[in-house]
Amino acid sequence: MPGREHYLNVSYGVKSWLLTGDHKRIALLYLGTITLFFFLGGAFAVLLRLELVTPAGDLVRAETYNKLFTMHGVIMIFFFLIPSIPAVLGNFLVPLMIGARDLAFPRINLLSWYIFLIGGLFTLGAVVTGGVDTGWTFYTPYSSAYSNTHVMATAIGVFITGFSSILTGLNFIVTIHKMRAPGLTWFRLPLFIWAHYATSLIMILGTPVVTIAILLLGLERAFHIGIFDPALGGDPVLFQHLFWFYSHPAVYIMILPGMGVISEIVTCFSRKRIFGYRFIAFASLAIAVLGFLVWGHHMFVSGQSIYAGMVFSFLSFLVAVPSAVKVFNWMATLYKGSILYQTPMLYAFGFIGLFTIGGLTGLFLATLAVDVHVHDTYFIVAHFHYIMVGGAVMAYLGGIHFWWPKITGRLYPEGWARFSALIVFLGFNLTFFPQFILGYLGMPRRYHAYPEEFQVLNVMSSAGASILGVGYLIPMIYLVWSMRYGPEAGDNPWEATGLEWTTPSPPPTENFPSTPSVEEEPYAYAPPEQEVPVG
Amino acid sequence: MAETHTALPAHQFDDLEQQHEAGALGMWAFLITEIMFFGGLFTVYTVYRWSYGQGFAEASRHLDIRLGAINTAVLIGSSLTMALAVHAAQTGRRRVLILFLLFTILLGSVFLGIKAFEYNHKFHEHLVPGPGFRLAGPEARHAELFFSLYFAMTGLHAVHMIIGVGILATLVMMANRGRFSPAHHAPVEITGLYWHFVDIVWIFLFPLLYLIGGR
Repeated sequence: MPGREHYLNVSYGVKSWLLTGDHKRIALLYLGTITLFFFLGGAFAVLLRLELVTPAGDLVRAETYNKLFTMHGVIMIFFFLIPSIPAVLGNFLVPLMIGARDLAFPRINLLSWYIFLIGGLFTLGAVVTGGVDTGWTFYTPYSSAYSNTHVMATAIGVFITGFSSILTGLNFIVTIHKMRAPGLTWFRLPLFIWAHYATSLIMILGTPVVTIAILLLGLERAFHIGIFDPALGGDPVLFQHLFWFYSHPAVYIMILPGMGVISEIVTCFSRKRIFGYRFIAFASLAIAVLGFLVWGHHMFVSGQSIYAGMVFSFLSFLVAVPSAVKVFNWMATLYKGSILYQTPMLYAFGFIGLFTIGGLTGLFLATLAVDVHVHDTYFIVAHFHYIMVGGAVMAYLGGIHFWWPKITGRLYPEGWARFSALIVFLGFNLTFFPQFILGYLGMPRRYHAYPEEFQVLNVMSSAGASILGVGYLIPMIYLVWSMRYGPEAGDNPWEATGLEWTTPSPPPTENFPSTPSVEEEPYAYAPPEQEVPVG
Repeated sequence: MAETHTALPAHQFDDLEQQHEAGALGMWAFLITEIMFFGGLFTVYTVYRWSYGQGFAEASRHLDIRLGAINTAVLIGSSLTMALAVHAAQTGRRRVLILFLLFTILLGSVFLGIKAFEYNHKFHEHLVPGPGFRLAGPEARHAELFFSLYFAMTGLHAVHMIIGVGILATLVMMANRGRFSPAHHAPVEITGLYWHFVDIVWIFLFPLLYLIGGR
């Protein structure tokens, strides 16, 4: 539809982007920024895997290796995974899905991006001037008293970035409460919205706690105030408590929005109503609540009392229940569906399988005695990469593909996209499955050298990482290509339900020509033999 | 929080009522964040007071209860003037609104002034944690920890006060230009929520820091 005005062509120039209040443009600002961080964090991962090809520590020194895994972790967690789905897809889709013209506070939304950028620059400054080596967890007393690297600049970066997360969560909560279209009751909301609501709760309840923990760490490092210093009566483990009170729920900030994406994709490409809508919706809230009660499982071997350990172990088993509820409901949705193997669906299948493995190995780790055996080994590394890369990144890529036609108005090349989804899946498993075995055999994490008997599995892992890297580069190329050369997508290329598909692609600045109203349950996909097909 | 240049709602809202509700909910959500923020510090305080009760009690005796009590009264007074300012905004009395906002700023500044005096005093008495810390004896390290928490908690509270005074000054300017009316006074009300919250934090800080000495 040439000549039609939409949010991308309504104005041009750098200023019209840097001062925009439009949630869709802010989503794209985030998309560009976090993509840069993703490839920077990925570059560190490449160096890590290169070092680990040989048992001897020959590519980098031990100190450099410590910095590499720290910066990989800090960048990937705080500057890619946490903002990934909420700040990009959530920003773009929350108002569209609830039939609003924008988020409740557009200027605060823009502010959150600038805060993110400033925090990112502090951290990049630390990276460029020599890096930081504490591990992304900043454990005291190493971080507060002994490390000679740029802990302060990195901590300031993470501290500042936290506020961007808080503001995003706050904006979503108010928007979802107050700005739903007429007729859009809570149980007519897409599950993507439920997932983002639960995520936002964690963002506003958890983030301030890590913020204060990092503030105290900074004060401790600058003025030796003794809060985490045993010589002054302080307790280093208290830092771990404060840190994990946020950083365990942060895992759910990363995975819950992904679950929201998967709920949308699985339903659309099964051409069926989702199975157990309310169970999935409440499972999101249950995960948000239970997620706050399990942080102690990171400290089973840190000198925490054994009784606390038993309680945290039990609660950690409990949090697996709502996660499993979701997986079973997706399975039941697939059952007897008319399944289409489009690219987003391939990513969704990848997510379900890999998340299940990541989740089940989490139960190994919640078991007190087993955790003593595998604690701080590659088993942990493999477990959380199955959740974060196999889960969150797969969902992110699936979501980017699913809504790409809405965001840009163009279709990506399906053949290439399916090919790269397959490459990502194979590369991922080759990278991380051997790490489960390595960890179980006793290879500790965070060392740049290892005994020779571990080499075969490490070479497999490094080979997989190179395949995975290619899998991530291909979408970069064809998605950018498609913005100019892809075929016109039309308003609703997937014949999906949901308000975002009723407006033109790309949407106009005000999102909808007129305020939509909603009269039915979500996901009115028809089983072909029973109902008239939609669209 | 809300876009407020005219009495028309911002473009994303259908009407002023929706805009006001969104603003108020936004502030409540923000205050929940603040509770968690201070909550981290209160947790640290609780843990160490539990472990080092005696050292904390000894250290607390070096704080000036009189000044703390005066500051408590000053802050409660500022909450009253803030509430009266909100009432004036609701009833559309501009001059009264400006007057009470200025009173609130004044009381907030008195609080900060007394706090600065106390900090200065502690500095001269060598009660600031670090190499120059004066107190000696078996509980000295724990007393130092108490003063670390004292400065961290009251300092963070003071930062909130300073931000609050800045927002109040902005409100005075907006009120002076006639931006508020009975139909549109959400910014005053929302700032009131924030101001009362900061006061309540002090209501917890005062006994926990000043009154545990058992004098």
